[in-house]
Amino acid sequence: MLPFAALASLRGIAARGGLRAASAASALGAPAASAWAAPRRAVGTSAPAAAAASAPEHQQSAEEPRLPQRGEARKLNLCSAVNEALHVALEADDSACVFGEDVAFGGVFRATVGLQERFGAERVFNTPLSEQGIVGFGIGLAAAGGTAIAEIQFADYIFPAFDQLVNEAAKMRYRSGGLFSCSGLTVRAPCGAVGHGGHYHSQSPESYFAAVPGLKVVMPSSPAEAKGLLLACIREPDPCVFFEPKMLYRTAVEDVPAGDYTIPLGVARTLSEGSDVTLVGWGAQVLVLAQAAKAAAALPRPISCEVIDLRTLMPWDAKAVAASVSKTGRLIVSHEAPLTGHFGAEITARIAERCFARLEAPPLRICGADTPFPLVYEPLYLPGVERVLEAIKASAEY
Amino acid sequence: MSLLLGSRFSLAAAGALRAAGSSAAAALTQLHCPSGAGVAGGGTAPSAARSKSSSSGAGEFGCEDAAETMEIPGGRIPVTRALRFAGGPSEPDSPKMPCYRVLDPAGRLLPGAEQPHPPSGPELVALYEAMARLQVMDTIFYEAQRQGRFSFYMTCAGEEAAIVGSAAGLDPQDQVFSQYREHGVLLWRGFSFDDFANQCYGNELEPGKGRQMPIHYGSTRLAYHTVSSPLATQLPHAVGTAYALKLRRSPNVGVAYFGEGASSEGDCHAALNFAAVLGAPCLFICRNNGYAISTPSYEQYRGDGVASRGPPLGVPSIRVDGGDAVAVVNATRAARALAVREGCPVLIEAMCYRSGHHSTSDDSSRYRTREEMAEFRARDPAVRLRQHLDAAGLWDAARDAELRRAARVQAVAALDAAARVPKAPLSSAFEDVYKEAPWHIREQRDAALAFARAHPHVVPQGVPLR
Ligand SMILES: Cc1ncc(C[n+]2csc(CCOP(=O)(O)OP(=O)(O)O)c2C)c(N)n1
Ligand SMILES: [Mg+2]
Repeated sequence: MLPFAALASLRGIAARGGLRAASAASALGAPAASAWAAPRRAVGTSAPAAAAASAPEHQQSAEEPRLPQRGEARKLNLCSAVNEALHVALEADDSACVFGEDVAFGGVFRATVGLQERFGAERVFNTPLSEQGIVGFGIGLAAAGGTAIAEIQFADYIFPAFDQLVNEAAKMRYRSGGLFSCSGLTVRAPCGAVGHGGHYHSQSPESYFAAVPGLKVVMPSSPAEAKGLLLACIREPDPCVFFEPKMLYRTAVEDVPAGDYTIPLGVARTLSEGSDVTLVGWGAQVLVLAQAAKAAAALPRPISCEVIDLRTLMPWDAKAVAASVSKTGRLIVSHEAPLTGHFGAEITARIAERCFARLEAPPLRICGADTPFPLVYEPLYLPGVERVLEAIKASAEY
Repeated sequence: MSLLLGSRFSLAAAGALRAAGSSAAAALTQLHCPSGAGVAGGGTAPSAARSKSSSSGAGEFGCEDAAETMEIPGGRIPVTRALRFAGGPSEPDSPKMPCYRVLDPAGRLLPGAEQPHPPSGPELVALYEAMARLQVMDTIFYEAQRQGRFSFYMTCAGEEAAIVGSAAGLDPQDQVFSQYREHGVLLWRGFSFDDFANQCYGNELEPGKGRQMPIHYGSTRLAYHTVSSPLATQLPHAVGTAYALKLRRSPNVGVAYFGEGASSEGDCHAALNFAAVLGAPCLFICRNNGYAISTPSYEQYRGDGVASRGPPLGVPSIRVDGGDAVAVVNATRAARALAVREGCPVLIEAMCYRSGHHSTSDDSSRYRTREEMAEFRARDPAVRLRQHLDAAGLWDAARDAELRRAARVQAVAALDAAARVPKAPLSSAFEDVYKEAPWHIREQRDAALAFARAHPHVVPQGVPLR
């Protein structure tokens, strides 16, 4: 049965929605849903200029992670935070294995540095070059009660494993009535733009996986977040796909608590409170939203934005977003993946249902274009700070 | 029961024959294992027609009484009373597939080496010139990338003979599906330094309009399908194209290049099996250069490399010394002739060494020793061929210096020229998603243009706002 709110919103759109939204927006000189991007600069939560732009295939870091003493928090970049989480996971659970292409020497991004030396080649190892093999193997390892932490070298290359994830990992518990599951499976994959990755070193495929009942999908936005969320995924009793925004591997640096901690899945975090517009994002895009919020607050007629980092795409924290939108009456969702049919569509639809009576402006999506990732045009393809700012203005002045 | 099965079997056999050849005569030749130029295996014979005397018969598996056979769907297999497993770790000393070679490491002709298709003197010179030019281009483009002129580059050092030699063994219109390290095939076919430079710069003169990363070349004129980064995806494409060529009675074949790392992908097995089952005239050319990024080949497979997988799938296969250009030319020509004659795929495994880093994003000293690199780098395939030419009086030091000097000048000029060419206009980023842009893409294009005009500082350098 369709909830009443959904019916109401359907009628509402037919009566007064889309057309007015479009013309009002273009009257502002920038149709909000398609206002275009400023180049996305490397932004960090505390040390923005930490590292040069990353190379698409390999990133080399000067610092090789060393393990901290208990209780100590230290400044780490996101890649080292992931590395630390893997150390913790392997230390705490001797059934845990880390494997994938080139992980033995530390991985092309250096996220698995030091693991094989410390935990041995039986638990940390290279696999033959086959993503379907990597994930299928991980499913079996997990089905036997083990903890499988599989690396897919680039999210762009996860698709040979799509069948294993969609038809096997996601459905194992359901199809066996709970006899079998692959709870212990976590698939890590670096994703997102780095500025020069072109079609196959830039994609953000999270929404394909979020659309599959049975998979949990997570993307962190900072080093401390990455460590806690990855450890949560590894312990979660469901198969998880953990996308790591590779733009942040070197550029995002902050204090990361030492030792073992988790951040619960399915719970969003509010980066900054605001009263006029709710901005929702995940991964590297959260930092773009934070910058746009800052810029909006500095406008001659300041606009106050609430920035929400969704953290988990499935199951996503609709309650937190709805509570924020109930307060602000305005919603902008932003992601690097293309506009059409990706996760922004789910969020705006759901919030339109839940908060219809509270909305002051049409929910907007500021996203990548509906084209493959075009190398030379990346700065214009990405939903950068200026494009988000245009949308904030359009929404506030709607 | 057996009668019933028997009729099904013969149907299956007839099907296999139909797929393998267009006429009964052509089909019949398939019953004999091909025996060209040392090509091993030869599973083109439909299994239904295979007799106990066939080369892959019972003896190989230690079966004493080969006269006893068992009927299975699709044919007969020998029966044995011995409980024995074939292959595996208990047979570490099982024979390795030999490597076909014509020139010794010093470039001298090996006495008795078969050369069914010997390259002529001028052909050898052309081959060497292309290899030398390829080396010069790689060195200069690699340096240009290090200087930040473009974002990425890959060299093929150590594999020049495998790449250019195989290109020289093909017909120029054979449809090539490459992985990414085979730009020497394009060079051989006439892609200019300007063409390479334009693609690396992603300017408006390159057919891909700057959308893909550097080294993703393509050319319809040169029958070179545009490179796509996901590994092994091109292999089934080559098979489909080979099949289409056969359907239209084209004299050309499909050619699939790939690395030994990519051979682990599911698509590789699918492609080999499809090609064998459907009788597609497709050459599979594997560059086994010892590494997939950091992963050494001994962590990629436990069997005898890649070529040994061909015969059990019904694909005639050969292993060749990838540092020996003359052997590669002979093997490719023989493989091509076999594929066209028999309507079957052929697998070539060229044994090489990746002398350079995986790419400009890699530092291979992290995972291999300097000694190893130095030792293999000394086996420069171009030097090996040059020594052969020198000895034959076909080449000398002066010509060599001049060739390399001229190539350097050309490569630098090509880069400088490409840097000055504007990028394709912004609107072109929205073309070619579909044949005709639907409304939403037109809308996004217009919005992007409007946004770029309002915020010119976000527009990448050299991109016209049209
Ligand atoms: C499906 C897929 N997975 C992973 C990668 C990342 N990757 C690029 S090249 C490479 C190694 C390939 O090795 P090999 O096939 O031996 O070719 P070589 O680089 O040695 O020429 C890997 C893992 C990719 N491009 N595509
Ligand atoms: Mg290789």
